[in-house]
Amino acid sequence: MRREFLSGNRAIAEAAILSGLKFYAGYPITPASDLMEYLAEKLPSYGGIVVQFEDEIASINAAIGASWAGVKAMTATSGPGFSLMAEGVSLAVATETPVVVVDIMRAGPSTGIPTKATQSDVYQARWLAHGDYTIPVFAPWSVQDCYDMTIKSFNVAEKFRTPVVLLSDANIAHMWETLYVREPGEVEIIERKKPSVPPEEYRPYQPGLDLVPPMAVFGEGYKVIVESLVHDELGYYRQDSGTYREMIARLNEKIRRGVGYIYEQEEYWVEDSDAVVVAYGSTARMVYPVVKALRQKGARVGFLRLKTLWPLDEERLWRALSRAGKVIVVENNTGRVYLDVARIAGSARTFFSPVITVDPPKFNEVMEAVARWL
Amino acid sequence: MALAKLTLHPLDKYLRTDRLPHIWCPGCGIGIALGAMLRAIDRRINEGKLDRNKVVFVTGIGCSARVSFYVDFDSAHTLHGRAIPFATGVKLANPSLEVIVVGGDGDIAGIGGNHLLHAAKRNMDLFVVMITNFVYAMTGGQLAPTTPLKVYTTTTPHGNPEPPLNVVKLVASLNANYVARASITTPHYIEMFTYKALGMRGFRFLEVISTCPEVYGRHIGLRNPVTMFEELKKRVKYKPNPVIDESDIDWEKGIVIGEYVVRNNPSYLDLVKRG
Amino acid sequence: MTQTLAQAVDEYAGSRFVVNVIRDRCKECEFCIAICPVKILVKGQNSNRFGYRPPVVTEPDKCIGCRLCEYVCPEFAIYVTKGGRS
Repeated sequence: MRREFLSGNRAIAEAAILSGLKFYAGYPITPASDLMEYLAEKLPSYGGIVVQFEDEIASINAAIGASWAGVKAMTATSGPGFSLMAEGVSLAVATETPVVVVDIMRAGPSTGIPTKATQSDVYQARWLAHGDYTIPVFAPWSVQDCYDMTIKSFNVAEKFRTPVVLLSDANIAHMWETLYVREPGEVEIIERKKPSVPPEEYRPYQPGLDLVPPMAVFGEGYKVIVESLVHDELGYYRQDSGTYREMIARLNEKIRRGVGYIYEQEEYWVEDSDAVVVAYGSTARMVYPVVKALRQKGARVGFLRLKTLWPLDEERLWRALSRAGKVIVVENNTGRVYLDVARIAGSARTFFSPVITVDPPKFNEVMEAVARWL
Repeated sequence: MALAKLTLHPLDKYLRTDRLPHIWCPGCGIGIALGAMLRAIDRRINEGKLDRNKVVFVTGIGCSARVSFYVDFDSAHTLHGRAIPFATGVKLANPSLEVIVVGGDGDIAGIGGNHLLHAAKRNMDLFVVMITNFVYAMTGGQLAPTTPLKVYTTTTPHGNPEPPLNVVKLVASLNANYVARASITTPHYIEMFTYKALGMRGFRFLEVISTCPEVYGRHIGLRNPVTMFEELKKRVKYKPNPVIDESDIDWEKGIVIGEYVVRNNPSYLDLVKRG
Repeated sequence: MTQTLAQAVDEYAGSRFVVNVIRDRCKECEFCIAICPVKILVKGQNSNRFGYRPPVVTEPDKCIGCRLCEYVCPEFAIYVTKGGRS
């Protein structure tokens, strides 16, 4: 472990390299381009390759292809490019492909404000593409978090054979902070489970007890089938309700069952509070000093930071919020996580206090947003 | 599939025989193209030039794309138009794989057009087979980029107002190492060109003109498989060194098949020094 | 449907070559019948499992082993092997 000074985007790049990234596909887009540029310089010395493709659609599909050839793959983009990747994410879900997709949120909709951050893409990160599925979404709030959550994103992708969305934003992407980076061997790096049976007995989509099928890749003699249509355990197209039900149930359940591993939240003074503020990402960065200032004045306020935006461990979240008389959700949008928290904690005591800004949230505006409800 | 595989036909060893008979219509040329390709692959495997476990078929969506169902190799049935970028990721991640993309003219040159363009420009190390039937058959007969002018399709019921795209000409104008056209009416060329392409580096493109009696044949009044086959055969002319100026597909003037471009420009793998 | 595999093969053994027809794969496109240079393939009378009538070989001894039928069949339903009986 050693101390470094990096930007959010560079931290993601460095953590990806540590996790074993060998293939990066991308397309220039503010504020994610510098992540690709940094990797383009560094990744070849680790035996990896960075390719700028003709568009984001090619990027996500190439990343998925590379994953099927047996390497860890990633792409990073922002709102407009993320929207283009929708079908690709759907393909990764259906084919159970480990791949990491970074969305560095900016102001939208459409071209929006490319250089400034909001928290608009929460639901898109969860449900970008068509289809009935659940994928993990992580939201860092610091450069250290970018680093740690990237390692976690790759591990979750490999462990559960799923695309993972890492939801950063334009503020965090380009801010510079000190962080601790890991040396190889210091943290657990998870690789996809491989088959334990010979090719004649292998069924590409037959799950293990954890609902995740072991993943043979191209070139190993297993004659794998990557199938975008609804399929049975052999990967053969099936159009009947039984197969569909089983496939959809398993794809969702394998993630939900892993919520204990996937979900993380951070609690500050929550056990001792009448009101708890819930926030994530760059908004949370300003909620923390606001809550701390209020506590210093004697207010019994707590702060719960969501590190994982999906799936939510509703039981854990509820327990953390159960003692508070008020739950105040502060986010930089017109209400996303607020709707989940209101449902889980109860809408009678949950209040939505947006801080809508394209500049890094100011202390006074966040203080006003919190204090208004106290 | 734990049971021993049924093998009768000499190519059955490369087919998932438990999925036969395949879904293609009576008289559809895709099976002919696939058979010819498999014969070429078989020859290369027997000559020790190709590892059977390294062959990967990547397809998009459409009738031609269903090839990935039936081949007993690693295969991927991916998104409509996106087989080429998927295949690019596969090849770059593991350059020892022999990656073959198969798709229809709509999949490869319509929705996939931009990817085709850039893969050819890069001279990406892929072998792409585009099976042209001039229509979107899987979805019922809509306009395709190659549909000739004035032809009826379900989305141009008053006649196609768009001049067609000459995909061979497009790819030949880019940086591809191999651009050829064949027809299912003379399958030997499909086999020859596949054999040759599999021994080359860079972007290798083969257009295979095919019969589609059920859909395109119906649109142009050639519903009977043998009739459509014979009408196509009449118009196909092989030339040993065709020039691009004669590559336009013209149902009146004829369709020239042959190897339009054969060269050895540095491939993308050469340029990134990777395999 | 494809679980009970289409297995039945009709063998038409000539003196030099054997023409093999995998009955249930045939879809009656008639390409093989049209292309055979010695015209020994004709449409059969019996339907296969799917209702198509695979070809029969009228004079197996006349087969010259050109295998055009094998190359032009889209169904992998016909193939020619050497040998046969005298």
